[in-house]
Amino acid sequence: MSGFLLSRLLSMLIVILGVACLVFLLIHLTPGDPVDVMLGESARPADRQALRSALGLDQPLPRQLWNYFDGLARLDLGESLHSRVPVSRLLRERIPATLELTTAALLCALMIALPLGVLAATHRGRACDWGGMGFSLLGVSMPNFWLGPVLILVFSLWLGWTPVSGREAPGSLILPAITLGTALAAVLARMIRSSLLEVLGEDYVRTARAKGLSPARVVWRHAMRNAWLPVVTLLGLQLGALLGGAVVTEIVFDWPGVGSLMIEAIRQRDYPVVQGCVLFVSLTYVLVNGLTDLAYGLLDPRIRRDRGGR
Amino acid sequence: MSRQVPLLILLLWALAALFGGPLSEAANRIELGRILAPPGWDGLLGFDDLGRPLLQRLIVGARGSFLVAFGVVGLSAGLGTLLGLVAGYRGGLVDLLLVRLIDLFLAFPGILLAIALAGIMGPGLENLIIALTVVGWVGYARLTRAQVLSLKQRDHVTAAVALGSRQGYILWHHLLPLLAAPLIVEATFGVAGMVIAEAGLSFLGLGIQPPTASWGSMIRDGAAYMLMAPHMVLAPGLAILLVVLSLNLLGDRLRDHLDIRLTARKRW
Repeated sequence: MSGFLLSRLLSMLIVILGVACLVFLLIHLTPGDPVDVMLGESARPADRQALRSALGLDQPLPRQLWNYFDGLARLDLGESLHSRVPVSRLLRERIPATLELTTAALLCALMIALPLGVLAATHRGRACDWGGMGFSLLGVSMPNFWLGPVLILVFSLWLGWTPVSGREAPGSLILPAITLGTALAAVLARMIRSSLLEVLGEDYVRTARAKGLSPARVVWRHAMRNAWLPVVTLLGLQLGALLGGAVVTEIVFDWPGVGSLMIEAIRQRDYPVVQGCVLFVSLTYVLVNGLTDLAYGLLDPRIRRDRGGR
Repeated sequence: MSRQVPLLILLLWALAALFGGPLSEAANRIELGRILAPPGWDGLLGFDDLGRPLLQRLIVGARGSFLVAFGVVGLSAGLGTLLGLVAGYRGGLVDLLLVRLIDLFLAFPGILLAIALAGIMGPGLENLIIALTVVGWVGYARLTRAQVLSLKQRDHVTAAVALGSRQGYILWHHLLPLLAAPLIVEATFGVAGMVIAEAGLSFLGLGIQPPTASWGSMIRDGAAYMLMAPHMVLAPGLAILLVVLSLNLLGDRLRDHLDIRLTARKRW
């Protein structure tokens, strides 16, 4: 048991180090000199040199990588080139808003997908199924930077039910959460349907039905329990899309989260901030997936054995 | 009849992309007299905040989305398939390294990485394609590698090895044709994803630059005038929705078709 925990945690740590490394390399190896971009091509050589050494860009790459990891170990992500504020503080200010948005979107997605997927599976081939899967196809195909403005138009401008943007006003979370959650709901509904369909064909479900249990009880207490497993894995993997989508959603609704911080930083060529944002989101993703994996192993002893517990 | 509709939409998209070039001048013509004018006889989809005709801009925008989607999918499918083929077939250290690299890239939310890369490299069509390819190859590499691992055990491959065929020949003639079907399905969904990605990055101002029309930037421009001129947001959004929906439908259909054939073959 402890061997399983240890091996999972170790592999998570390796991935985290790898991710940190890759973020650094991608940002430093992409064509285009950040100094050129920040100062413009016509800047004086002396200014260039000054900025270069201030950023530590005149040191050899391995040395820069070392500095970067050295900083990371102390949770020091450098400071913003624009405002001179430490990146970690900027992130701390923005993280709650992003967590609030993604959590709300996740709940929203589950609230839509669960009834839809279950209805589609239990009424296979009928109107519920077609409707649910039609929604699913539409939801996957609809970009959230379009759904957002359309929702604003209908619910904020025409009906006046919700605030247009920002985070202060009550109810301001509703539209962003729906915007971000719809695509996830679409994917989830599909997955719940197919996973439940598979489980519903198994012997123990037939036995439960033959015992005379009500259909609702069979679906929710017996079948869903096993149908959840693949759905939970998918949920972990889809979190990446959710976090990526949050960037766009935050821009649409002027939501003060990490995503809008990153876009602001990109516009101002503020590399340390961009790097910090990418790192934060990636680490969240790795952590959540690692924890999903861990929880999965704890819930299902078969996985613990298969994935090398000893 | 209804089965042909997605194909028709995709055909229109391709035609607009291939032959819409001459319209770019008309699409950028600013006329102050028709600012935000709603759809009517002189402009079927209405006009934007600078009095530019939306229909023409939509057609020019099709070009960008088509180029980026097919460029990125072509490049990343090519690169990913090559890497997956070699790693899956050779095994050993090459395979180990590729698997680690795939795991690492999968640890990132792809679109986020593409946003950051496009932002750092600066806007423009080429940089957009590079940024999305850097993120996009992983899926194809993983798919190819997994397929090759099982396919290379087949008898015809063993026979080819025994006959002394060169590795390149085996990969190209004996493995790639068997991979084509799943790769085509993956690529179809890939094109749909890239249409949204291109529009998304252009929406954020990191893709195709003004004044060249792009569906994403048209939505961004329109969002500011939503109450007065909803057609500015609705037209490009519906264009994206229709194209992506058609591609997803096509992908579903291809996948079903493929599965049927696989089961039929198994039964024989």
